[in-house]
Parts: sequence; structure tokens; C-alpha cells
Amino acid sequence: MKDLALAALDLVARRGVTYADVRAIEIRDREISTKNGKAGHVSSAESMGVGIRVLAFGCWGFAATDDLTRQGLEAAAALALEIARAGTAAHKSDVQLAPEEKHEASWVSTFRIDPFTIPIDRQLAELLAVDAELRRQKGISLAEASMHFERRRQVFASTLGSLIDQTRYTAGAGFSALSYKDGEIQRRSYPNSFGGQYQLKGYELVEELQLVQHAPRIAEEAVALHSAEQCPEGEFDLILDSSQLGLQIHESIGHPIELDRVLGTEANYAGMSFLTLDQLGRLRYGSDIVNVVCDARVEHGPGLGTFAYDDEGVEAQSTDIIRHGQFVGYMTSRETASQVRQSRSNGCMRADGWARLPLIRMTNVSLKAGQQSLAEVFDSDRAIYMETNRSWSIDDKRYNFQFGCEIGWEMRHGKRVRMLKNPSYSGISTEFWNACAAIAGPEHWTLWGVPNCGKGQPEQVMGTGHGASPARFRKIKIGSAYAG
Amino acid sequence: MPDELLTHAYCEEVFGQVADTARALGVPDVEVILAGEDHALTRFANNTIHQNVAERGVHLSVRPVIGGRTARASTNRLDRQGIREVVDAAIAITRLTERDIDLLPLVAAAPAGEVRRYYEATAAATPQERAQAVAAAIGAVEEKGQTAAGIYSTGASVFSLMNTAGVFAWHRETMARFSITAMAEDSSGWAKSSACHHADLDPLALAQNAAAKAEYSRQPEVVSPGRYTVVLEPAAVLDLVGQMFGDFSATAIRDGRSFLNDRIGQKIFGGNVTIHDDVCDPLQSGAPFDGEGVPRRKLTLVDQGVVREIAYCRQAAALAKVEPTGHGFPLPNEMGEAPANIVIGGAASSLSEMVRSTERGILVTRLWYIREVDPYQKIFTGMTRDGTFWIERGEVTKGVRNFRFNQSLIELLSNVEALGKTVRASGEESVDMVVPAMKVRGFNFTEVTRF
Repeated sequence: MKDLALAALDLVARRGVTYADVRAIEIRDREISTKNGKAGHVSSAESMGVGIRVLAFGCWGFAATDDLTRQGLEAAAALALEIARAGTAAHKSDVQLAPEEKHEASWVSTFRIDPFTIPIDRQLAELLAVDAELRRQKGISLAEASMHFERRRQVFASTLGSLIDQTRYTAGAGFSALSYKDGEIQRRSYPNSFGGQYQLKGYELVEELQLVQHAPRIAEEAVALHSAEQCPEGEFDLILDSSQLGLQIHESIGHPIELDRVLGTEANYAGMSFLTLDQLGRLRYGSDIVNVVCDARVEHGPGLGTFAYDDEGVEAQSTDIIRHGQFVGYMTSRETASQVRQSRSNGCMRADGWARLPLIRMTNVSLKAGQQSLAEVFDSDRAIYMETNRSWSIDDKRYNFQFGCEIGWEMRHGKRVRMLKNPSYSGISTEFWNACAAIAGPEHWTLWGVPNCGKGQPEQVMGTGHGASPARFRKIKIGSAYAG
Repeated sequence: MPDELLTHAYCEEVFGQVADTARALGVPDVEVILAGEDHALTRFANNTIHQNVAERGVHLSVRPVIGGRTARASTNRLDRQGIREVVDAAIAITRLTERDIDLLPLVAAAPAGEVRRYYEATAAATPQERAQAVAAAIGAVEEKGQTAAGIYSTGASVFSLMNTAGVFAWHRETMARFSITAMAEDSSGWAKSSACHHADLDPLALAQNAAAKAEYSRQPEVVSPGRYTVVLEPAAVLDLVGQMFGDFSATAIRDGRSFLNDRIGQKIFGGNVTIHDDVCDPLQSGAPFDGEGVPRRKLTLVDQGVVREIAYCRQAAALAKVEPTGHGFPLPNEMGEAPANIVIGGAASSLSEMVRSTERGILVTRLWYIREVDPYQKIFTGMTRDGTFWIERGEVTKGVRNFRFNQSLIELLSNVEALGKTVRASGEESVDMVVPAMKVRGFNFTEVTRF
């Protein structure tokens, strides 16, 4: 792999470029799922290729290939350069990059059990045991469980002289139970919806999740939701579990702080951001207890956004985003850092594979744990508590959002008084975070994985991490998804 | 591998190697998918080309069938060792998987519909060609004192599927897409188009359209949320209505996850709504066979408001004792099947006629971040974006701030007052479809955002 990356770099560097980098990537993937007592999806995949990025004539060019012969690499190098030259047809100013040091490193993410050493029949048996528990509950129409593992080795080489060899193991697992009855569909998932929990771990993640033990409760709740009352509409205190809060962070903080969005380069698809440059250091983004970081370092935890170096060879860092409610930081790249006259990128460039160009992507954007106990978080005269995301939507500048959850409860003085179905809430990002009244402590903090974040054209799908503990928000608009 | 992307002869050669390798390992029944893409995209923002990329890749996947078991292994290495390893892996994981009593043997060959969707000139489009079109489009937006962002992509793809029961299905097509957002100080406009032949796109006209929308929606005013008559441009129809077609699936209905449970044969939409799935429609794209190699059959999903037909993969068809429709996903999968080539019947109304006949309403260019709120009532939420206008007494009078909606698709398709001509529409939330513009009464806007 190193030889491959260096050979490709040599081929492009000798053509005369301002800067170039190469990522040679080998991915191994395994997906297993079950559905209603049978194997659903059983597959393994391997992919290897090279992406070549050049800066020449003041413009970027990028070409990717899985033809790893010398001829294939030469063709890709020539195409990358031709593409950069073509960019001069609509070109305003030369691309400038913030300075970066040369790095040489080799790094493998920590894992206890290599998931690829566990036989598929054992993994299937684990999922079928979950499936059987779910279907033991009368009224379950559809039981689904899944596991997903990936090993990704990437060798990065650049004309700065950097040579970085990284291998990341990621794992994901979860299940859901769906119940159709009398013209209504209800679903419950564990430990999160849309595939469960994802982390930078090996098979130990599956063991930690204790899937089988949680199956009976989840199935029971899915069926019980049919007889629960509809979530009321109005303004209430809102308490969110940490997984839903993780997605709230992703959508209403993570995306708006991407500096490429702020500077307009994602305007045609993902959109822009309300966090214009004049807001930095001035905007009140949250209440005093809201502290958010963007942290790709191992010290932050085994998140989908944890790595040693980003995809343009910048070391993993921790950046304060919101400090005691004040907006203080963006996620940057070498190019955007230079555009806003910052001395260095904070290392957020990531690509979803060898075929795609790195973009500014979330690493681990997390709400720091608070100081309240769980009882204090739930201590409200009347509140709605919501768990597990069901739907999510936010406008293209990231102001107005609406989320739906799988299940809710009406809370009175910290006690659950009734289950609520179809709960939803909506608001404006800054108003929501300014209404944050309590955040539970570190013992309740979980680093959640979002494996399916889309951005870019052509679209790239990235895994991001979001740490959160349960939190309470004052006077939030609830229930408008079903209004009217 | 030849320079030309996955020729018919080359696919045949790879299939022969896979089948021989599997047979030597005692596995006579095997299915192979060999697909490839050669794709380039020129991306621009802030009136300059800022990301300019090309990718070429192939994907070989092998699915053996061994004693009622099946699984799939994939690779992008097509040398002899890569092929041997992927066959080994596919057989190994298949032997470890559970037996499925409903698994069918590999399908035999049957003739598929004829489609021509490959254009040499589009496959060969150069970075310079795209850059020149982009430069002209940027010029049209800059002329109005606005800022442009967008993409121009061209490329070719091949999808071939072969099995040891005699299927050899091979499809290639080209595809070009141009989309542009024009931004003024407090407003924006958007336009997008796609076609198998890039000569059918008109980037300059799209740029002018986007710029005119941005110009006309300057200083957008706040209109209170509520129920309004809307005129939805084709891209807005596509992105919203396109969300429901995964439910026209026999497997989804059996699973209880479809809104069509207990609704097949019922009139749930207005009498002016007729929807087909037709891979051979001249404005459609895609292969005329499904993920098992079954020819895609034309379906009447909705006939004058009545839900008539749904898609069946082979396994779902066998369980229901009907013929498969050719809409199955590659096995193994949990989802079964779905229509893939939607054609919504239109009528004669032009967009301007729909506006002229509206006393008070909203003209919507595009919808964004559409997500399902309720799976059985089929309520979706999302936002308007890049060109939302107020209609008063038959005229578009001003731009308005963007709305959040929470709208049931059953209700929406029951309230259609007028339909435009069908066109190939391209959005960002659903696959490209052939749809008309629609005028719909009582569309449910629930909130207004800040721009």
C-alpha cells in the first residue's frame, strides 16, 4: 500500500504541481442481518483504490481509479492534472492552503476482538436469538436485527513529505421491532434507530450492547404504543435521551459549523449556514451550561469521527465550538483556514473512500457532560420525555428543525405518568440551545455514532460521532408534526 | 481490462472465470453481478470551479446458491486472484448462513424490453467541455449581480447480471446532470435537469431560470403558516411524491411496513391521479431487468385514484402465487422489491395556467430534507427552498420566506386540482422520475423559517 501511494504520488509530482496528495485505501466490510426468523442480508465486500488530488494552475483536480497498474495510475494522474487545468475556465483566485507540517506515522485504532475472526454463523446465531425474543411478543409484525463491521486501511502520501498509514476498525449493531395494527405502524429500536449504535471498536461493541437482554422490553413497547395517547401539542419542557440529543447536535450544531458551508461551497446541495463569519465570538448559541467540542482525538472516545490524521494529513485535534453558550469555533480544512486567515486547519477533512475528494466533515461533535444528576434533569413540574429518533429534518441554513421520536412519556415531578405515541418537537437552533436548563453528568454520557451523514456532490456518506448525556430544555414547541 | 468500460465480451469472460472457479469448488449454481462506472463532475460555487473530480471503478459480486442457502461477496479486483478470492469468500459465507426454505433456484433467461440509453458523446465528454458550459452558466448569473453554485456531471455506467441458469443481461447507459443555485443577497433560485444525452441539457437556460427566481424573490416576506393552495413545480412533486413508492411492494406489505396494508384496490387518491412504473418510457433511465435478471414489466400502480398493482420480486411472487414483476433487489436483501421507473400521468395545464387560476397560494420550486413523520398516514415533513413565491389573484407577486410542511401524501394526491405536462424531473430527495407539475389545495405549512 505504501509503495502504491508513493508510486502514484511520484507520477503526479513529476508532472509539475503546486501540491498533491494521494490516498491508497483498502476496505473490508461485512454486513449481516436477520428478518422475522431468517437470515436477511449476508455479505462481505472488499475494495481497493487510489484517489489523487492535485493543486495546479491555482485549481484543484482529482481523479480516482481502481486500476492499480502503473498504466492505470498514470492515466489517473494525467486526468487529475487535466481536470485542474480545465478549472481555469471559471477561476477567480488561486487556491491557498494553510501551512502544515510533514507527518510520518503509523496508527491502528484500538479494538479487543477483530470482528472478521468471528465466524458468520456465530454472528447470525446472535442476531437470530434477538429476533426470537422480539417475535415472542404478540403483535410484532416485523423483527429486524443487524451487524456491520468495517476495516479500513489508508495510506496518505503528500508532496509535503507526509506518509501516514492508518487502519480503523468500526462496528455497528442493533435491532428494531415493528407492529402494524388497525391502520397504525409503530416501531421501537435498540440501542438506536437506523441500525443501532456504531463506534470505533471491534466485536466487543456487540457484546457490550447486550442485545438479547433488551429485546423483550423493546418489543413490548412497540406493541404498547398502539394504545398510548397521542403526544399533545403545545409548549412544554422537553427532556431528550442521549441518542436523540446526539442527532440534535449533529443537525443543529455539527452541520452549521462546517466552514465550507459557511463560505458557500455547499450551497447547491447541502446548503449554507446561519453561522456567518460575523457571528464567531459574538453569537449566543446556548445557555451557560452548553459546551460543545469537535474532537477527533482518541482521548475523546471510540467515535466514528476518531482518527490520528485527517484526509489531508493534519493531526487530529480538539476544537471548542461552544464555550459556556458562546459560539467560538468552526470545523476547517487547510483551504478554508487560509480563507479566514487562521494559521492552521483543525483537521476535519474526510472522504468516504478512495473514489471521493475529502470535504469538511464532522469528526466527533459532542456536548460535554453537565453537572446535574439524572433526577435533576427530570425534575420538572411537567415535561415530555422523548427517546430514539424516528424522523429528522432541518432547513438548508440550519435554523428551523423538526424531530420525531419513537416513544415519549409525560413526566410530572420527575415521574413517568403516561406513555405517548408519535412525539415530535420543533424549533430554531439557537433558541433551542439557549433553552437548555439541565445536562446530566459524565456517568450518563454516551458517544453515539451516526453512520449515514450525507454531504457533497457526488454525495459522500460519512460516519460521525456525537457524545451527549440526557438533557432538559425549557418551553419547546411540541407536537406540530401532527397539527393541522 | 479493456479501456472501454466493461464490454459485453469482457463481462462474459469474467462470468466464465467465476462459473469455472465455483464449479471446480463443487458449486454449480452461481449468479454474478459485474457493474462499473466512469463518472466525472465539475462543481462550482462562488462563481468559480472549486471541486472537479473523476472516478472510475468496477464492482464484481458473486452469489452462490447451495442447498437453500445464499450470500454475496464483492470485490473490485478483477485479476484472476481477485476473482478466485471473491468466489472462495462467497462460497464460504454461503455455507455458514442459514437455510431459507423460501429461497428459489436461479432464474432462467427471459427477454427484457429494449432501451437505448448510451450516447458515445456523453461518455466521452471532457473536463474542458463541462468547464466551458459552467463558465457560461456562471456568466449568466453574475450578469444579474448574483452568485452561482452547482454541478455539471457526465458519465457512463454498465450493469450486467449473469447466472448459470442462462441469464446474461447487460445494460449500459450514459447520464448527464446540471444543477445550479443562483443566490442574491437575501434570496435564491434553483434549477436542475438530467438526461441520458448531455446534448439534451441546456445549462445556460437553467442558469437564467435560477437567476430569474433569485431576482424575483428578493426581500422575501413572511407569510403565516397554514393551509394554502400550492403550485408544485415538477422537482417538488418528484421529491415529495417519490417518497411513497417503496411501499408499492409485496414484501413491504407482508412486513406490515407499507401504508398500502388494507388499501389495495381502494380509491385512496383523486380520480385524476394515475401512476405507472415503466422502464421503457422514453424519458426514463435504468436497466430493463431487476436484481435477479427478471425483465421489468410495466405496472399500473394507481389507476384514477385506485391502487391497482404492486411490485413483486420472485420470492414474494412465489409466496403470493403470482408472476414476478421484475422489480426485485439483488439477493440477499430484506426489502424485497420496489418500483423504480415512475411515470405520473399529467394533463394539459401549464404552470402559468395553474398560477392564473389561483386566487391565493404558494408557488414552490423545490422541497428539501423530506422525512417520514407517520408511516401509515404517509405524513412527510420538509422545507421549501430556493424559490418560494406568493400567488395573489392569478399572479406571482413576491417571494416569501421558506416554510416547513407536514403533509400526508394520501391527502395531497386526493386534493390535486390541476396537472401539467409530464417531464423528466430531477431533484435531490428521490430518484429522477417522469412527473407533471401539480396544483394542490390545502397543503399544510406548519412553520416559517428565518429566510
